[in-house]
Amino acid sequence: MKKIHGIGASKGYAIGKLTLCVNIDDHIQKRSITDIPAELSRLDAAKDAAVEALNAIYMKAIKRVGEANSMIFQIHIMMLQDEDYFNTIQDAIKNEKVNAEYAVWQAGRQFSEMFSQMEDEYMRGRAADVLDISKRLIRNLDKTLANGLDCLTDRSIVGAVDLMPSETVQMDKNLVLAFVTREGSKSSHSAILARTMGIPAVVGLADGYSELTDGISIIVDGAAGDVILEPDEQTLAQYREKQQEFASYQHELALLKGTKAVTKNGTVIEINANIGHPEDVSMVLENDADGIGLFRSEFLYMESSNFPSEEDQFQAYKKVLEKMGGKRVIIRTLDLGADKQVPYLDIPHEENPAMGYRAIRICLDRQELFITQLRALIRASAFGKLAIMFPMIISVEEVKKIKEIVEKVKKDLTEENIAFAPDFELGIMIETPASVILSDLLAKEVDFFSIGTNDLTQYTLAVDRMNHTISKMFDSRHPAVLRMIEKTAESAKNAGIWVGICGESAADTAMTEFYVKIGISELSVTPSMVLELRKAVQQIEL
Amino acid sequence: MQTFQHIIKDEVGLHARPAGMLVKLASSCSSDISITFESKKVSAKKLFAVMGLCAKRNDEITITVEGENEEADCLQIKEFCEQNL
Repeated sequence: MKKIHGIGASKGYAIGKLTLCVNIDDHIQKRSITDIPAELSRLDAAKDAAVEALNAIYMKAIKRVGEANSMIFQIHIMMLQDEDYFNTIQDAIKNEKVNAEYAVWQAGRQFSEMFSQMEDEYMRGRAADVLDISKRLIRNLDKTLANGLDCLTDRSIVGAVDLMPSETVQMDKNLVLAFVTREGSKSSHSAILARTMGIPAVVGLADGYSELTDGISIIVDGAAGDVILEPDEQTLAQYREKQQEFASYQHELALLKGTKAVTKNGTVIEINANIGHPEDVSMVLENDADGIGLFRSEFLYMESSNFPSEEDQFQAYKKVLEKMGGKRVIIRTLDLGADKQVPYLDIPHEENPAMGYRAIRICLDRQELFITQLRALIRASAFGKLAIMFPMIISVEEVKKIKEIVEKVKKDLTEENIAFAPDFELGIMIETPASVILSDLLAKEVDFFSIGTNDLTQYTLAVDRMNHTISKMFDSRHPAVLRMIEKTAESAKNAGIWVGICGESAADTAMTEFYVKIGISELSVTPSMVLELRKAVQQIEL
Repeated sequence: MQTFQHIIKDEVGLHARPAGMLVKLASSCSSDISITFESKKVSAKKLFAVMGLCAKRNDEITITVEGENEEADCLQIKEFCEQNL
């Protein structure tokens, strides 16, 4: 028995036989050929089969992950049919007299290199697509290189160096118990798809991956990121029990879809989800959240090489609001600086960025940026139930200034005859001790508070979130933090506004009862925690 | 020879999806169709070449159509650009 450790990318347990996918890189052989026409017709047949398979995957993907996520397979088909790409392969066969597999692999590498050298991040991402289609061609040429996924007959756990999105989405949930990979991160595309599809996964096993051999029995713990090789009877029994508990728990949670988070004495709590990208909305809906309690707008800035335009932002916000169909969506304005930097913002090096030029401080200083975002947000308000939230507030003056700018933007939009909702809510994040101490005054200025417990803990305790040496001292249940939360709730109650929590400790079910007792009416957590939290609320007797 | 200029309005620029649609349409035309952007000229019938232009929103591209059916083909391409790019 041996245990290796990676990143838990999709929770759940699996026990079974490991099927290792062949790593094409190690198996492509260069051979000289004599019959060029025969080699070319092998290539044509492989291409036809690939196009046919991709069409089938496309249809399957639409049903599983929706139209937008499936478009990539249409692109794959067009890439396969690209003249330049295909001519490069044919030329290699004709001129260098090499086998088709080798020619395809060379062309695939050449074209993916071209993409990976491009400036645009989106284009660099296409390098993986070129490799994906090249592998598909090669597997059609040489069946011994066929991916474990294509020829799975028994239920098993799939091991691979890395999984392409096309491979993940094709996985038959009845056959693939879990997957483990050497590469990948929690936010890689395959990890996200695994979570959406509910397949347990451990990624980023790094060197530990080389311990795996085809056919051995393994245990995958997708929450802890553990992979146990050739487990003994005792361990097996232990994990079988965990697996059963998890399954019945998941089943129990699924039954809560469509119910509300109401305590036994009738207090209703809104359980919302935190998202960082418009694509996460499918997870929000899948987990039946009441709304979105924190939509971090940073992705727009981090994914682009320059300031995102008003139109780009508007489209992204609109999309989320429309998909949420009238459920509340709280969008937080730009929270860059500190640990989240983008080069074009050009913030000079700071000794102490957590207390530096960040979030609302940048917005109020560089108002053109702020106004662009506000215009996009307010325009989007016409398409759903929008609330806007401002981070890192430390004074009443800041809030007054923000409201002034918001009014100005509304006036401009009215003059330009652009529609927006008249009644969207404005709120602030409570994440600095200053905002807690002033919460009675701040409450008179806004429609709601949302407590950001991560920063509030860091600033209250003077414990740097990023400093590993003192990470044990970072305690969001510290009495000082709880008093901060209590004081905030009291101020909100006195002013008649609502208050929620969107930091990580909102998901701490041991704290739920305390939060509900002091008058917190909204909790916003990662989508996969929504049902668990709903269950916790339903068990509370006040 | 027919030619026209087009300013890209699509928020993602001439990326995979719009480029793919354009290539598909261009390939169905009998004329030779090319796109010029920043001194690079490529065939509009080749996806990788078109994507390789890296043309973004607000960039101006020049499209040239040459062949027996150039007038009809050019109209089709122009209409497509206005609606989709």
